[in-house]
Amino acid sequence: MSAIIELSGISKQFPGVRALDNVEFSVEPGETHALMGENGAGKSTLIKVMTGALQPDGGTIRLAGKEIRPESPGAARAAGIGAVYQEVNLIPTMSVTKNLTLGRLPRKFGLIDWSAARAIAKAKLARLGVDIDVERPVGSYSVAIQQLIAIARALEDDARVLVLDEPTASLDANETERLFEIIRDLKARGLGIVFISHFIDQVYRISDRITVLRNGRRVAVGTVEEIPSLKLVSLMIGRELEHVEHQRPSTETVTSSKPILTAKSVGRRRLLEPFELDLRPGEVVGLAGLLGSGRTETAKLVFGAIRHDSGEIAIDGHPSSSHSPKSSLMAGITFCPEDRKSEGIVPELSVRENIILALQSKRGWLHLLSRKEQERLTAEMIAALNIATPDAEKPVGQLSGGNQQKVLLARSLVSNPRVLILDEPTRGIDVGAHAEIVTLIRQLAAKGMALLVASSELDELLTVSHRIEVMRDRRMVGEISGAEATREKIIQTIAAAS
Amino acid sequence: MSTPTPGTPASPKPAAEQAQPSALKALLRHRLVWPILALVLVLIVDAIISPGFFQIRIVQGRLFGNLIDILYRGMPPAMIALGMAVVISTKGIDLSVGSIIAVTGAVMAWRIHEGDSHYVILLTALCVGLACGLWNGFLVSVLEIQPIIATLILMVSGRGIGLMINLLYGGTNPSFTSPLLQGLSTGNLGLVPTRLVVGAVMIVLVWLLVRRTAFGLFLESVGGNAKSAWLSGVSSRLILLSAYLISGLMTAVAAIILTADTHTSDPVTSGLYSELDAILAVVIGGGSLAGGRIYLDGTIIGVLVIQALTTSILTSGLPPEYNLVVKAVVVLIVLLLQSANTRAAVVSLLARRKG
Ligand SMILES: Nc1ncnc2c1ncn2[C@@H]1O[C@H](COP(=O)(O)OP(=O)(O)OP(=O)(O)O)[C@@H](O)[C@H]1O
Ligand SMILES: [Mg+2]
Repeated sequence: MSAIIELSGISKQFPGVRALDNVEFSVEPGETHALMGENGAGKSTLIKVMTGALQPDGGTIRLAGKEIRPESPGAARAAGIGAVYQEVNLIPTMSVTKNLTLGRLPRKFGLIDWSAARAIAKAKLARLGVDIDVERPVGSYSVAIQQLIAIARALEDDARVLVLDEPTASLDANETERLFEIIRDLKARGLGIVFISHFIDQVYRISDRITVLRNGRRVAVGTVEEIPSLKLVSLMIGRELEHVEHQRPSTETVTSSKPILTAKSVGRRRLLEPFELDLRPGEVVGLAGLLGSGRTETAKLVFGAIRHDSGEIAIDGHPSSSHSPKSSLMAGITFCPEDRKSEGIVPELSVRENIILALQSKRGWLHLLSRKEQERLTAEMIAALNIATPDAEKPVGQLSGGNQQKVLLARSLVSNPRVLILDEPTRGIDVGAHAEIVTLIRQLAAKGMALLVASSELDELLTVSHRIEVMRDRRMVGEISGAEATREKIIQTIAAAS
Repeated sequence: MSTPTPGTPASPKPAAEQAQPSALKALLRHRLVWPILALVLVLIVDAIISPGFFQIRIVQGRLFGNLIDILYRGMPPAMIALGMAVVISTKGIDLSVGSIIAVTGAVMAWRIHEGDSHYVILLTALCVGLACGLWNGFLVSVLEIQPIIATLILMVSGRGIGLMINLLYGGTNPSFTSPLLQGLSTGNLGLVPTRLVVGAVMIVLVWLLVRRTAFGLFLESVGGNAKSAWLSGVSSRLILLSAYLISGLMTAVAAIILTADTHTSDPVTSGLYSELDAILAVVIGGGSLAGGRIYLDGTIIGVLVIQALTTSILTSGLPPEYNLVVKAVVVLIVLLLQSANTRAAVVSLLARRKG
């Protein structure tokens, strides 16, 4: 069968990094082709080249046998290559209609024909089996729906290739299943799909072939049968993955110690029902629940990023009267937000400046860390978390998604906290690093740190947590501790609470 | 803590350092290249048009010459531009600086008329600048009004306030004499004009604040991503407020020099369009209105480019009406050179030439 799109000899150089080195990649019609690799391997760069968002230094792109040179994502889309990038770029304050028809608004007598625009938007969504109010702003819909809107936007009527860069990173199991249904349907219509994800199991559920990148080079390509998951992982990281013990941490050691932070019926009207929570040194508390169940809100409230209007938060037994990010930081509590783009990184600032930001604000503006000290701490963190960057002065916005996430973790760690609150700490992080972070969380706990980990990945929670708080509809509906915790038990707890 | 750690893990040396970009390419990428080139270009044109442009003489125990003149006239705009750079780095803008000059000047003339000690007046003027900055900062950081709107309020009302102050004692554009203030503005210290010394001190102070404390990092983090900075414990509000306070204070310094120079309070025209020059200087120096970075050196060069241009138009004998148009053209060229797109094009063109 001949390929619908074929990239050959693609190279791309960034200052200090060879992001792509003579890469071959092709997709056949009716195929889902997974693009795999570590953080910073060059996946996003490759698809940006393919869709005209970046110009390659060398190589050719053929679409249905004809050489093309897309100048921009718009041009690529017009040629039939649609893409949803890692960072969804819809305009949240604009209506769904405007987002879907922007730049191609239908006109009548020179004026915009809004009813025609609405019809187009509806039709685009209908192809994906989505039926929503197209007048509402995009931001008012869940991430999952936004994801589908982005796909609808990427797909022209005669689209032949659809590229999805980590589309499932913030979807729950049901939403992922729905997305897969849509992918299967598009496949059946003969589209070629490029799928990027760090969830290995998802890759095997949906893909036909796999291409593996490492350090900008293609190291393997083959069908899913030819590349079983263990082999895939070692191809990606270039070595065998150390086995992470799936044994649950024991609870005895910690329950006796005094909590560092106590939340007593803390809540906020219309956002979060009052809840109780203790964070003890050496203990990892997991926050489980479906998307929108209030995990992030709980984490933020405990940190002080959202004000509580009932109850009391005490640190070391003393009620904290004005609980804010600043006061939390001063008390040794840090927070890694889930949304790295809007709440996490400062894109123009360097890796170094991003990493020392929290520590520096803890020290106050008068006590500037010496440049040498900053560089030492940064080098330590880059090595400890294996952050892929040519040097510490690179603007964080230019790192790959997973490496940005690691920089955020580094920012928290470098201030040496007693309590660490992590919201989706492994979002967008590759398998190798995923295992490393799980190990890191355990080590930190063993050293006496108190951790609160919110995650949509149950397996991850089960591996690290001493205790799991289950959330549903913005309410804490149950606590499962230590040995009793299983996947089924958590799901049951969620289902039972109504 | 100071024991050397032999085990400090070597940061992973990037595989790509082999691909050394040519020295020329690296130089062309440096952010100060274009503003400096622009400055040099303007000066070269000057040298061609009027021979002796670079001459510096000593007249009556004081340095004279076009270059000194550029620095001399550039001092007040430099003060304003530095304050503007601070504000712009937070993703803000201060349109009210011209009006702050008017208000400060009016208060100075009024207090002199009332017979205050001139040292007290110096302090009063600085306080007026701070008060204006406090007002702007309050609107932006506490009420969260967009900076362009928030500072527009004072921009529009400031000159009116200045006129009302003048009316307090009946005079229209009252003039005054003050040995202290005029000494600061037009006098000299040895060979050097006093205002250059004042300017240098202020530049050093701002530089110390921005680069020798963590204030600069906080400014840039608030400008780059305020939410993220706040979650990292930076008091975004306080930082925003201080940015406008600094702008107010620096503008007051400029106002003292300018008002003492003209020895009158003229709220209608004093400092007119100074906000535009200041914004331009910041942008020529590499700053972006999207915030997130502050370049003090670039800003100073930006001021010099604008001032050199103005001076050269004056000395070239072109009718002063041409001033604004020529200025606009030069600024446009500099900005074009600065835009990432044209730069990339130029760099790749040069690289291709070299094969
Ligand atoms: N605009 C840019 N400027 C400079 N370097 C860049 C830029 N974009 C990407 N890079 C570098 O290119 C390399 C590949 O990045 P890319 O985003 O393609 O990785 P990725 O495989 O998508 O990783 P992830 O799984 O973390 O998303 C990284 O080292 C990154 O730092
Ligand atoms: Mg990526």
